[in-house]
Amino acid sequence: MSDPLAAPRAIQGRAPDVFREGGWVEMREFSESEAVDFVVIGTGAGGGPLITRLAEQGFSVVGFDAGPYFRPLEDFASDETAQNQLYWLDERIVDGENPIRMGGNNSGKAVGGSTVHFAMVSLRFRPEWFKSRSLLGYGADWPLDWREMWDYYGKAERALSISGPVTYPWGPKRPRYPYRAHEMNGAAEVLARGAEAMGYKWSPTPLATVSAPRGDSPPCVYRGFCRFGCSTNAKQSQLVAFIPRALAAGAEIRDLAMVGRIETGADGRATGVHYFREGRWRFQRARNVVVAGYAIETPRLLLNSANDRYPDGLANSSGLVGRNLMTQSNQAVYGSMKDEVRWNKGPPSLSITEHWNYDDRKDFFGGYCWMAQGPLPIEWVTVLTGSLGLWGEQLRERMKNYNHQVGVKMVGEMLPNENNRVTLADETDQYGLRIPRITYSWGDNDKALVAHALDKMQTSMELAGVRDTFQQVDDTNHLAGTARMGSDPRSSVVNADCRSWDIPNLWVCDGSIFPTTGGVNPSLTISAIALRTADRIKALADRGEL
Amino acid sequence: MTDQYPGYDVLAKRRTPSWNEQTRQAINGRLAIPREPRFLSPDLFAVLDAACRRIIPQPTERPPVPLAAYIDAKLFNKQSDGYRLAQMPDQGDTYRRGLAGLDEAARSQHGLGFTAIAPEAQDEVLRQAHAGKLTGGAWQGMPSKTFFEHRLLNDTVTAYYGHPTAWSEIGFGGPASPRGYVRMALNRRDPWEAAEAKPGEEARARRENDHV
Repeated sequence: MSDPLAAPRAIQGRAPDVFREGGWVEMREFSESEAVDFVVIGTGAGGGPLITRLAEQGFSVVGFDAGPYFRPLEDFASDETAQNQLYWLDERIVDGENPIRMGGNNSGKAVGGSTVHFAMVSLRFRPEWFKSRSLLGYGADWPLDWREMWDYYGKAERALSISGPVTYPWGPKRPRYPYRAHEMNGAAEVLARGAEAMGYKWSPTPLATVSAPRGDSPPCVYRGFCRFGCSTNAKQSQLVAFIPRALAAGAEIRDLAMVGRIETGADGRATGVHYFREGRWRFQRARNVVVAGYAIETPRLLLNSANDRYPDGLANSSGLVGRNLMTQSNQAVYGSMKDEVRWNKGPPSLSITEHWNYDDRKDFFGGYCWMAQGPLPIEWVTVLTGSLGLWGEQLRERMKNYNHQVGVKMVGEMLPNENNRVTLADETDQYGLRIPRITYSWGDNDKALVAHALDKMQTSMELAGVRDTFQQVDDTNHLAGTARMGSDPRSSVVNADCRSWDIPNLWVCDGSIFPTTGGVNPSLTISAIALRTADRIKALADRGEL
Repeated sequence: MTDQYPGYDVLAKRRTPSWNEQTRQAINGRLAIPREPRFLSPDLFAVLDAACRRIIPQPTERPPVPLAAYIDAKLFNKQSDGYRLAQMPDQGDTYRRGLAGLDEAARSQHGLGFTAIAPEAQDEVLRQAHAGKLTGGAWQGMPSKTFFEHRLLNDTVTAYYGHPTAWSEIGFGGPASPRGYVRMALNRRDPWEAAEAKPGEEARARRENDHV
């Protein structure tokens, strides 16, 4: 077997066939000296659908990813430790009152980005969140209309064959999910009991792993290693769902290709990207550059691309590149049951309640959902050490109760704050590029939301018959912000089409553009916006406005 | 403490459809880890080894897990967690300072190095580090609480619960590709999962665990 981390695989006119061990598919290749229509930096939840739809609409596209090009069937072990290979583990400095732990929770480094290891939870925003400033009184309004987004959510759900219920209990009417909901495991059943005892609705979670065959993807076999890469290809990651479509439509993917700087020309427009691949720096010319590296690498690249004309970094006349970084609160309540729960079986979050995303009888802004949990042993032991401070014989004894543990974990909305931000540190990385410094502190509203959620989750677990409950109070996950979209160049970095205000052929298409982050996992919204952006680019091109 | 999953050995499944080839390779590599230090000095490695034995007391009935060797390998291979707290030096220096700091604390309190003091005294030094009470000397301003929580404790338990010995001990199914699981509901066990010994039924659990 070849080592996907040792040398690029997508070269010489072919790319890995992700559905066959040792297999290849044809790949078109573009010359570095001739400008392609689009360079897209990043192949995750934003880059994947955008590369695909641009190529399918006839544009010449090269997608860059700093990570390797895996074939899950031959490269993925069924193991928490070995699968660290999926994460972005380059050095990043974290500080602030509540430093964000980077790594597997929030960063991927692979073709497909973090969707290769995401938990597949695929939720729509509550419609009001697109106008949270005017309708709910906090954060900032998005320049997007929820009804248009509803349509693009549907497109994203169909493209990813989301498995979910016939009727989803919250929000406006939506079509039934394309694939049937997955069977619930014991942990999901306990969430349902707890929700019902509280008088809340609950639902099987809409998930991006198929419940019936789809093309070369077999139905999910409930291994439970979803967050460490799906070794069977049931998961509809970008690596499996969109990137093969992109190649078939004539896009090129360059793996193990780290983009370090975007070049601009005498007219101030972007002219291409400097990237490191196969041991040397190269340059790809492009008519348009799209940054889709997520909320840390996107601002880092824009800031690292500063030049004489743009001394504060590209697209940064507002001074907002890197600012308004948001993570999501990810606290949990855990406990024990007499029953054998064996929570490691199946996808980790098979049931959900979004009750507190839709009930506004709260004395703080924002919402949250909570989901069933199934941490594998390493994650579980770090919960016990981090939350209970256990070590020694006490810890070993507590770990022996693994098969009787159960719990629920929130995804909560944190508010944007300009002081939570990504800047450049003086240290450099293996490419000679300045590394990011990530500064984060929770605000009073964030703390009030967490306190509310912990109280409700704990009550629901106790009502469901869970004993010895305890709270995990310090976890976060998912990222957003740092290049927000808006209607005014003074208070945003990109417009509704993800196009930068300052440089008309420079675009940002990932979670960075979120003005607010909502109380649900962000990936489906990122992908829906990417699908919309591709349509908008086509419409602009047809009108000669690119 | 009696064995909760008598006779269960997750390694017995390595030739079954629960383990694919890349998993076998990954676990073989883990079991074959070099036991000699490649990054830390022999003296600091001995301190690390002693600390790991207190953080995770090793089972007597199963092969011990070489925890210090895993941490040394992590340092040797420069395996990062993906972030560094701003107040901490790089991973290697963090360990050099922290382990020397534990040793200094043992010497100042007991007149002997960390490896030479009684296990209960070692626990007390570790508790002092956990509480952030160790300062000065080798610590060079590095907070002992952060060293203990973020590095020493975290890396030790991560190594132990990533090892088949621990999986067998806690009844974790372990690798599951491609077979996965079928029986999802509460109190349902697939025949290739560990059987838990209920009071009075240890023999039955042991028989079932012979056939996972």
